[in-house]
Amino acid sequence: MDNVTTVGHAHAHADHEHELPFWQRYVFSQDHKVIGIQYAITALLFLLLGFTLMMIMRWQLAYPSQPIPFIGGLFGDANAPGGIMLPEFYNQLGAMHGTIMVFLGVVPLAVGGFGNFVVPLQIGAPDMAFPRLNMASYWVYFVGGVVMLASFFAPGGAANSGWTSYVPLAVIATQGQTWWLIGMTCLITSSLLGAINFIVTMVQLRAPGLTWMRLPFFVWTQLVTAFLLLLAFPPLEAAAFLQLMDRLVGTSFFLPSGLVVSGQALEVSGGGSALLWQHLFWFLAHPEVYVLILPAMGIVAEIIANNTRKPLWGYRPMVYSVIFLGFMSFIVWAHHMFLTGMGTYISAFFQTTTMIISIPSVIILSALFISLYGGSIRFTTPMLFALGFLPMFGIGGLTGLPLAFAASDIHLHDTLYVIGHFHYVVAPGTIFALFAGIYYWFPKATGRKMNELLGKIHFWGSFIFMNGVFWPMLIQGLAGMNRRMYDGGIQYQHVQDVLQWNSVMSWSAWGLGLFQIFFIINFFRSIRNGEKTNNNPWEATTLEWQAPSPPPHGNFLSPPEVHRGPYEYSVPGAATDFTPQGQRS
Amino acid sequence: MGELLGLPVQASAHAVEVDQLIVVVHWIMAILFVGWGAFFLYTLFRFRQSRNAKGDYVGVKSHTSSYLEIAVAVVEAVLLIGFAIPAWATRVNEFPSEGESTVVRVVAKQFEWHIQYPGPDGMFGRTTLDLITPTNAIGLDRSDPMAVDDLVTINQLNLPVDKPALVHLSTQDVIHSFGISSMRVKQDAIPGQEIPVWFIPTQTGDFEINCSQLCGLGHYRMRGFVTIQTEGEFRDWFQEEMAFQGAN
Repeated sequence: MDNVTTVGHAHAHADHEHELPFWQRYVFSQDHKVIGIQYAITALLFLLLGFTLMMIMRWQLAYPSQPIPFIGGLFGDANAPGGIMLPEFYNQLGAMHGTIMVFLGVVPLAVGGFGNFVVPLQIGAPDMAFPRLNMASYWVYFVGGVVMLASFFAPGGAANSGWTSYVPLAVIATQGQTWWLIGMTCLITSSLLGAINFIVTMVQLRAPGLTWMRLPFFVWTQLVTAFLLLLAFPPLEAAAFLQLMDRLVGTSFFLPSGLVVSGQALEVSGGGSALLWQHLFWFLAHPEVYVLILPAMGIVAEIIANNTRKPLWGYRPMVYSVIFLGFMSFIVWAHHMFLTGMGTYISAFFQTTTMIISIPSVIILSALFISLYGGSIRFTTPMLFALGFLPMFGIGGLTGLPLAFAASDIHLHDTLYVIGHFHYVVAPGTIFALFAGIYYWFPKATGRKMNELLGKIHFWGSFIFMNGVFWPMLIQGLAGMNRRMYDGGIQYQHVQDVLQWNSVMSWSAWGLGLFQIFFIINFFRSIRNGEKTNNNPWEATTLEWQAPSPPPHGNFLSPPEVHRGPYEYSVPGAATDFTPQGQRS
Repeated sequence: MGELLGLPVQASAHAVEVDQLIVVVHWIMAILFVGWGAFFLYTLFRFRQSRNAKGDYVGVKSHTSSYLEIAVAVVEAVLLIGFAIPAWATRVNEFPSEGESTVVRVVAKQFEWHIQYPGPDGMFGRTTLDLITPTNAIGLDRSDPMAVDDLVTINQLNLPVDKPALVHLSTQDVIHSFGISSMRVKQDAIPGQEIPVWFIPTQTGDFEINCSQLCGLGHYRMRGFVTIQTEGEFRDWFQEEMAFQGAN
């Protein structure tokens, strides 16, 4: 009886779809798949933009104060007179590169894009629990993105105080910072709307039989991520408001008394705390690191199980680890602040929690490595990116160790070592996983596969040049080269021996840009001309592959039921080497 | 390993300790990376589809990885308790006494380092906001008796070798960070606070202060100089500077 009503319901949905006008179906859509694709494409465009900003900055770093070739004239005299970048403009590009990559690129793609598209399908739900909230989440994100972009045209340009917006610098900065704060408020609001929706969906809308320990690992990572977004973002939203008040109405939440700027006493009431902002910021921004990495681990786990044709090794420890990571990520934030004048006890606490949080990360990474053992490994494009993720994330994680000890952090803090460290985590780490996910779920979204040859060229080019960009950062950082140097640090005597890496990194970045063209061509070409596939081209086990490709409104032709765990590959005695979750025995 | 990592010269007493931790940690990183990497490459080769047509439902049965994870945890605990926490504690707790140290105030502002020496009386002259002018950037009150023998320099920090230096660090405007890479010194200057930093220079010569926290458009050129001299040279330098300051 229950089945009949649900099928009828899905059918009604399908009919309903035909009645919807174009703008409701593709623009203000409430369908999780359309919203997921909207998120993904918007986020990919922002990733490209954020990367472009960096490619422009890398010119200045490799060839300080030489005119930017070809495009130098486009930036206007206020930013680059005669095509030569000014430090003001460099700082804008730096702040916006970080902001765009993290808040407008990676998170919306990992959570808004993959979370929206894949999670309801993987749990056998017809849609998200609150479709209107879901639509609102995308459009608030969109507005936040527009505000951020518009800020480049504000007097004095975009925000220029780093993606961290440390006060008092950010409070006395040009108008772009106000736009940044308003943009951030939109982005945070969007994440909150999404997070609530994800949690309710995952708790309430799982298909019959889909118990917690039968959930695909990707769903677990999205669940933990949703809690992180829900609990960690509000402090930054509050902090953004406080900073906005400091800038606009003369409060002094973050401004102590007695500030003198350019020889003039600052006309503010004072009495505030500059460190308060850092605490509020990092209380968000450390869990944010796990928001960036957990969905990536989830994607990689799905793809590894599928392409090794065997169950994930250590599924339960992985699940427990991801939950533990979620909790721990709330009590490590001040390891970003060791050098702000921290005493022994507080620093001992944060060093200890940081060491503890490394253990579940090691467990997850080890489990993924060990999962390969005994497999029948298919080197498909998604698998190459997933495999690339493992050692790259490994480097990212390991280079976190010397930063996690306050004493060694004295030397490495605020150097390019830090930049190398977290870029290894998010660029050849998370972004590789996101590419893996795009190649993997593309057939589900379109009914067509992306081209394997172009995909492999994209992978190898990206893999080599990513390392060309980020490895030298570790070398420069160890030599004591500081981050955020407009001239690439050429004035400093102690880094003269490592300066030559600046041009290596820049050419690698441009090479990396070149190889993304293979992806862009492949992506758009495959939408119309890719090889047509059946519903389950990868012979995968999880529920999304049971739905048609692309899935209709309401997703499944008949309501799925789950009979087993998520990764039943190569089950002894089974007819095929994969036994789908929804298949009756 | 230290040379392989390309760490800068060790021009202070505690630099060895900081580097030791960096080197030990990098050894551990290298071992883990090579170990994981070898296992990774072997499995990719050994279990490729063309060689292993069917996946193994069970996979690895041994508990080696659990032992490995426990080992990692133990090593981390040893590093933390044995090296990292004590090393940090000496930086932030065990300050040398003012009597045995060269005491200076360093006031950061966009994009300069202002250094105030207390002079022979060992007392810093009063500074106040009202007196800040382009030529008196820290607002030193020259009518204060304790200020008479004070020396103020810009971007030039001279210190005697082998004697603890105690720096009282503050900032007038935004957050800066007082970094001397060659001496493994780095401390944020936080508005509204005066934070002490100490180190013992062990080599004479010229070194650099590099602002390590983004402080605005001139951050990249907020560079100061550290000159480490013998006690005698330092005293001569101080006299010369005082005479020069008096003449102006």
